[in-house]
Amino acid sequence: MHNRAQPSRLWVGAATFLAVLALWYVATSLTHVVPAVYFPTPTEVAKALKQIAVQGYADGRLHEHFLHSSYLVLMGFAVAVGVGVPLGMLMGWSRRAEALVNPVFLLLRPIPPLAWIPLAIVWLGLGDAAKVLVIWFAAFVPAVINSYAGVRSIEPHLVEAARSLGLTRTMLVREVLFPGALPLIFTGLRLSLQACWTTLVAGELIGAIVGLGHVLYQAGLDLFPAMIVVGMVFVAIGGGAMTAGLSWLEARSMPWHAR
Amino acid sequence: MKAGAVLSRREIVLLSVIGLAVFFAVWTLASLAGLASRQFLPPPWSVAAKFVELTHEPFSGFTLQQHLASSFMRFGLGFALAVAIGVPLGLALGWFRWLDAVVSPLFDALRFVAPIAWVPFAALWFGTGIGGPVLVIFTGAFPPCVINAHRGARYVDRRLVEAAQTLGARNWQIITEVLLPASVPSIVAGLRVSAGLGWQSLVGAELIVASSGIGYVLVKGQASIGTSIVMSGMIAIGIVGFAIDALLRAFESYLQRRRGRG
Repeated sequence: MHNRAQPSRLWVGAATFLAVLALWYVATSLTHVVPAVYFPTPTEVAKALKQIAVQGYADGRLHEHFLHSSYLVLMGFAVAVGVGVPLGMLMGWSRRAEALVNPVFLLLRPIPPLAWIPLAIVWLGLGDAAKVLVIWFAAFVPAVINSYAGVRSIEPHLVEAARSLGLTRTMLVREVLFPGALPLIFTGLRLSLQACWTTLVAGELIGAIVGLGHVLYQAGLDLFPAMIVVGMVFVAIGGGAMTAGLSWLEARSMPWHAR
Repeated sequence: MKAGAVLSRREIVLLSVIGLAVFFAVWTLASLAGLASRQFLPPPWSVAAKFVELTHEPFSGFTLQQHLASSFMRFGLGFALAVAIGVPLGLALGWFRWLDAVVSPLFDALRFVAPIAWVPFAALWFGTGIGGPVLVIFTGAFPPCVINAHRGARYVDRRLVEAAQTLGARNWQIITEVLLPASVPSIVAGLRVSAGLGWQSLVGAELIVASSGIGYVLVKGQASIGTSIVMSGMIAIGIVGFAIDALLRAFESYLQRRRGRG
């Protein structure tokens, strides 16, 4: 896949992007096949980008919206991971904990995170707290499930060997369970992060004061397609940057795990 | 992994019941203790009563079932479109190297745009009735269809493809008669992910733009601080989401059984 990508593939990819940009220019600016009401011209998008970056749009400048959204995602994500990974590992390790927690978990799991948004708004209003709650919920489920599966995927021999060598409980967790579960934990974190980002955008579209979702919402109200494109591009950049950051962390924390 | 003592069936049931009991007890206590007003946190039985009430008394024009039906129709349309376009595209990407090289970078870039971020354009292009939500569902459900069909087609045993080529199969025949059947397990696994994301995107889209459907029930309930209405809607969403997944899971195991026999 990507790690086997040859240079020629890279060139084809770059050429495709250029071709799409050219097509965009031809279809909108040059021939007006696509009316500007439906999709903006490249110049309009550049203007919208300048407007939001310099003067600001929807009560904030671009970096304010972007940083605010990223901050909320990271907050919700961090809390969810901090609670979800230990809980999942505990459920994987102890059948008792699993039997105790699993039914409640199964009961809440089918409700998609986005469906919690109205409830969060009723409880906490339109501010940051409601969003962090919903993001927390979105990230929590994949974090628990994959940590659980991660611990269950460890070979029993390893645990037995560690025990017969007289490892203490903390050492067992630190040296065997955690590293053994780590590949699947990271799979869960990647899913969590995507869910967080989607949920945040939805939460901000529904009600927010600043943030990328709020930019999208305002642009939709103002029928301002160029600004919608700017908002979407930065949603993609944010999601992409965070995923890349997580991959970097994954490679750093598991040097033994060949990808 | 074998950890701790293996529990007997009785112990598991007992612990499960305790877990659920604690959950509902905490909820009830929090509601009755008056930490928040009843309107904000109704006890479980008021939510259950509201749920039953919504199934026969219209709320913002329709009963709960009617709202669910209109949501489900949008979901069905968007999901069917995603499968009908995504699976063939994925298979083609797995077979034609040049197509893979051209399309995959674009696809990967677009995938970073969260499905919900399409809502403003969806509303602008197709309105808020049916077309807009369908586009949002499509953008949520589409990537897993493509990715799993692509992956399935890539990891098909090369010998099968070579055998088909030796026998003179054309591209089209290789895709429909070799790659498609061999990728079915991967595709069906993708459908489950895809349906889950599609259903979730539908809820998001309806929260933001629709004027009917289950998401709209939540919005209306939120606007009137009707927590029990919001919770009833969430339960309904959960039930339908669960049912969709159960159906696809049944389909998956049916296919597995058939393949096992064949």
